[in-house]
Amino acid sequence: MTVPSTAAQTASSLAWARRRGSVARFWRAYRTHRAGLFGLGALAVIALVALAAPLLVGSDVQSVTNAPGAALESPSGAFPLGTDQFGRSLLGLLIWGARISLTVGLMAAALSVAIGTLVGILAGHFGGWFSTVTMRITDWFLVMPTLVLAIVLATVMSRSVWTVILAIGVTSWPTTARLVRAQTLAVESRPYIERATALGGGHGHIMSRHVLPNVMPLVLAQTTLGISNAILTEATLAFLGLGDPDVVSWGGMLQDAREAGAVSSGHWWYLAPPGIAIAVVALAFTLCGRAVESVLNPKLGVSAR
Amino acid sequence: MSTASSTPLVEGAPDGPVPVKTGPSGPRARSARAYLMYVAGKLGGAAVSLFAVLVTSFFLFRIIPGDPVRTMTHGRQVSAEQLASLRRQFGLDLPVWQQFTEYCAKALSGDLGTSYQFHAPVGELIAEKLPATLLLTGVAVVIYSMLGLWLGTRSAWRHGRLGDKVNTGVALTLWSVPSFWLGLLLIITFSVGIGPIPGMFPTGGMETGGETGFGYVADVAHHMVLPVVTLVAVGYAQTLLVMRASLLDEMGSDYLTTARAKGLRDDLVRRHHAVPNALLPTVTMVFINLGHVAAGSILVETVFSWPGLGGLFYQALSVPDLPLVQGLFVVFAGAMILMNLLADLLYPLLDPRVGR
Repeated sequence: MTVPSTAAQTASSLAWARRRGSVARFWRAYRTHRAGLFGLGALAVIALVALAAPLLVGSDVQSVTNAPGAALESPSGAFPLGTDQFGRSLLGLLIWGARISLTVGLMAAALSVAIGTLVGILAGHFGGWFSTVTMRITDWFLVMPTLVLAIVLATVMSRSVWTVILAIGVTSWPTTARLVRAQTLAVESRPYIERATALGGGHGHIMSRHVLPNVMPLVLAQTTLGISNAILTEATLAFLGLGDPDVVSWGGMLQDAREAGAVSSGHWWYLAPPGIAIAVVALAFTLCGRAVESVLNPKLGVSAR
Repeated sequence: MSTASSTPLVEGAPDGPVPVKTGPSGPRARSARAYLMYVAGKLGGAAVSLFAVLVTSFFLFRIIPGDPVRTMTHGRQVSAEQLASLRRQFGLDLPVWQQFTEYCAKALSGDLGTSYQFHAPVGELIAEKLPATLLLTGVAVVIYSMLGLWLGTRSAWRHGRLGDKVNTGVALTLWSVPSFWLGLLLIITFSVGIGPIPGMFPTGGMETGGETGFGYVADVAHHMVLPVVTLVAVGYAQTLLVMRASLLDEMGSDYLTTARAKGLRDDLVRRHHAVPNALLPTVTMVFINLGHVAAGSILVETVFSWPGLGGLFYQALSVPDLPLVQGLFVVFAGAMILMNLLADLLYPLLDPRVGR
């Protein structure tokens, strides 16, 4: 660094002030979306419960061998949501299951968005035949039935949480790649990119310091929307018996319920809670995502108008 | 979309790029030739995609599992000779490139291999189950596209009002619901019955048996109610949102102001001017949905024991019967490609601005 330290300090403090300002502006606009606030609130509560699960219910709720109750008890004072076929408390399992749903949802969405952003920026920046080939591959992934591909990947690989994350992540990135590429092209047509090139900025510098910060808002909105999809896919895979058999998840609970004959014996109290939990979390992420999207791109007018 | 034409497209475009038989010269022949070029391009693209699906399916099932035979016989007592004979049966003792060319040649001639579980040709199994899936998903897509278009139009036309908020809210909530869970809940409520609600629908399957003629049709329809309701409830949100967004996009356009200035009633402006233009993206959506729903029906068919491709896929997964899973994967992906192709081919007929 040849820049004098005082100048560097003012430069970085200026940058921070600017960032603070834009965050505040974002929040002021976000606050006007009531559905988005509702989603954010719901997520905060669920995340807190998931983080506090070891304190709330303890890690022994998953144990099949020394379960506290009898099999398939109806809801009561001791077991507010009843028990499963092994006598485990359903409320405990539900709370514990939030952890795996949120983990898989967040990580799969992060993986998918990371791949999509990387492919999108590279294709947008380099152009030419590289872009053509990459976008052909992207288009081709776009027409693949995502769920089927994820199911097939989960089938041919070993059963674990990581397989599920990988299967969801590598099948759902193309939409992000397309959006990011379009945004990259828009950013790179601006004069300051030319200035940066003239000053000697290389490919890496331009992509990471100029393009990436400008596509980040878009990426943020995509991630939020992607999480709810990932959570639904995770539940689906677990319901089909393709999840990690040693981990309690909401989709897995539904599979257990079906196997225990909860449907034919009318045990709706066993079936209802995991599904409601999945729907609430997925809806909360969708609402947040739509609010973020309409704050960043008011022309879309998805939820504000 | 500032160039949106004010001519309502709903009346059919008389000079549209329909390949009509006219003389070799003139604008019609030119537009027909342009359309044929466009069709050829799209057909080529679809063929490339289909080939890519074959390549992917080969590598997915031969390379990633390491040893496919071990994966299939997982958890069972199998002798070394049995493993070796299974490998020979699936052609796994040949070099990879030979396996690949053989697989492609067979697949292109309609031979998708032999099911490990049913000991029957995969193609035959699929052909047998296809009609049930087509019936279920066809009815569901028609209903939810109509519902989505209607509600989406209403929502956008009166955007920001209470009706719009309730509409989008309900649709988004149902969209977030896992389809298999909704199906199970519907079975409990309306087939098994809770409290005062009697079980009035069958718990699953497609027919009771023993019915003929009109009785058979009524019986199948009776079995279809709950699966169709499930598919519609989970699926209509997407059509609604796309229709709403594209109509909102049109609503600021000048040609609508012109139409109003001509003194047209609000209702006519909506039906004859705004909706036809807003329909275009939604039509594409409907076709892509048709491709998706075949795959999406895996869960609904499983839950309702509907004798279609989805149920077959689930049965194949639980073994796992890799040749059958592979065949169904090719069929599901092929359906997506076909539907995308149809949407692409239909689009310039609906919107003369495309494909010129």
